[in-house]
Amino acid sequence: MARALINVPPKAKRGEVIEIKTLISHTMETGFRPDNTGKAIPRDIITEFVCKYNGQEIFRAELFPAIAANPFLTFFTVATETGTLSFEWTGDNGFSATESVNISVE
Amino acid sequence: MTRAAFLLLTVVSAGAAASAADIPLSERKSGYDFMAPETRAMQDDDTANPAMLWVLDGEALWQRKEGSAGKSCADCHGDARTSMKGVAARYPAFNATRAHPVDLGERINICRTEQQRATPLAFESKELLALAAYVGQQSRGMPIEIADDARMRPFLQAGQDMFTGRQGQLNLSCAQCHDDNWGQKLAGAAIPQGHPTGYPLYRLEWQTLGSLQRRLRNCLFGMRAVAYPYGAPEYVNLELYLMWRARGMRVETPAVRP
Amino acid sequence: MTRQDEPLPRTRRRFLLEAGAIAGAAGIGLPLGSEHAAATPASMRAAIRKVVGEAPLNRGKIKIDVPALIENGNAVPFTVSCESPMTESDHVKAIHVFTEKNPQPNVISVQLGPRAGRASVSTRIRLADTQKIVAVAQMSDGSFWSDDVEVVVTLAACLEGT
Repeated sequence: MARALINVPPKAKRGEVIEIKTLISHTMETGFRPDNTGKAIPRDIITEFVCKYNGQEIFRAELFPAIAANPFLTFFTVATETGTLSFEWTGDNGFSATESVNISVE
Repeated sequence: MTRAAFLLLTVVSAGAAASAADIPLSERKSGYDFMAPETRAMQDDDTANPAMLWVLDGEALWQRKEGSAGKSCADCHGDARTSMKGVAARYPAFNATRAHPVDLGERINICRTEQQRATPLAFESKELLALAAYVGQQSRGMPIEIADDARMRPFLQAGQDMFTGRQGQLNLSCAQCHDDNWGQKLAGAAIPQGHPTGYPLYRLEWQTLGSLQRRLRNCLFGMRAVAYPYGAPEYVNLELYLMWRARGMRVETPAVRP
Repeated sequence: MTRQDEPLPRTRRRFLLEAGAIAGAAGIGLPLGSEHAAATPASMRAAIRKVVGEAPLNRGKIKIDVPALIENGNAVPFTVSCESPMTESDHVKAIHVFTEKNPQPNVISVQLGPRAGRASVSTRIRLADTQKIVAVAQMSDGSFWSDDVEVVVTLAACLEGT
C-alpha cells in the first residue's frame, strides 16, 4: 500500500472554503525513460484521483506522465457538513490506494 | 582537464578564484540558502515535503517487530521523539567494538543484526532510508556536533585528505568546488558549500529520497573518479569530515534539494 | 496520444546530454528514438482543440503561477487559478494543462464544481525543456478561457551516473 499524506483542517465553519493537500508515494514512471540497455522502462503512473465528501464527488483529476513523482495535489472545497473526506488514487498495473479523513463542521 | 578548463566551466568571475582555505565559520551556508524560494517552501512545509512520506514509513518501521529476536526499535529505544533526539546530529559516531566510526545507516544495521537478529537492510533501500529519515528528523533544528577526540582524529584526517586531494580524470578535489568556488555556477546550478545538513534528503534530480553516500557517488562520477562501493569506509571518513566542517549548523533532515 | 515524427529541437540540455559532457540517466521525458516523439506546438494545439472543440478560446480569467526560472524540471511547483464565483449557475467545470515540448502535451485535467468554493489547483509537474505551458478553463456557460507562460528550465550540473 502506497504511503499517502493528507492535510485537511480537522475543524471548519459551515460555508468556509478549506484547502485540501494530498501527497502520495509513487514513482510516476513516464514510459519515456531508457533503462541501462536503452529500452524504454514501461509506463507506470497514477492516472486518476477522486475526492469525495460524504460520498459525493467534489474533485477529480486525470494525471499524465508529466506529473512529478510522488504526486502532490492541492485543491479547495466548501465545508458543508461534518463527515468524511475520502481519497482514491488509481493507476497503471492495477494501482489503487485509498485514504480518508474526518472533518468537523460547526 | 586542467584547472584553467575547470575555471572556464564554472564561469568564475575575474579575481574570484581564491586559494584553498576553509570557509570561515560565520560564512557557512546550508544548501538550503542556495535554493530557489519554491524549493525552500517545499522543504519548509511538512504537508508538501515529499520526504515526509519516508518519515511516516520510518515511524511505522520503528514499531515493527523484526528478526528472530522479534524485537522492534521501540522495544529497546522507546519513543523515538525523545530517545532519538539529537542522535543524528552526532553521527558518524565512534563504534568501540569495530574500532572505527559508523554512520547512521550502519548503526541501524548493527541494531538489526545484533539486537533484532534480522538481515541488514540494503543500502538505499526504502526501509533503511525511511528509518534514517525518521531518526534524523528527531534532530531537526539541533546543532551538528561531531566528537573530535583522539579516537576520531585519524578518521577525520583521512576524511579531510579525501576532501582536499585531487582525484579522477578531471583531477579535481572536493575543496576546489565547495571551499574555493561555492556560490559560483556550474552549468545552471549554484555550487553549494557541501554541508550534509539534511540527509537523507529528497533530491528533485533523483525524484526520491537518497543518502549522503548516493550524493557523494554523484560527485565522484562528475569528477570522473572511481566511486567506492556503498558502505566503503572512505564515505564514512568523508562524511565525518563534512559533518565536522558543518559543526554547529542545524540539522534539516529530511531536507529537499534540487 | 498525438505523435509527431520531428525530433526534439536541439536544445542545450539535449546537446549536453548527447555530447556526453556529463552522461547518465538524466532528465525525464527524453524521447527514445523515433517511436516517441516530443509534443510540439502543433500537437499541443491539437490536444487543446480536442478539449475546446470549435468554441473560441478567450484569454483571461485563468492564471498560471509557476517560477520563471526552474532549478530542476523533475518537480516544478505549479498552480492554476481561475476567477469565478463558483456558484451553481456560474462556476468552473474543468481545468486542463498542456505543455509544448514534453513527450506528450497533456499534463493534468481536473473536474470541479460549485462545491470547490475556489477554482485553484496546485501540483508539481515535469518539464523536459524550456517551453510554454498553457492552461484552459471550461466554464459552466460553455466558454473557454486560457493563459500561457514561458518558463526556462536550467540544466542540473551534477547528474547521476549509471
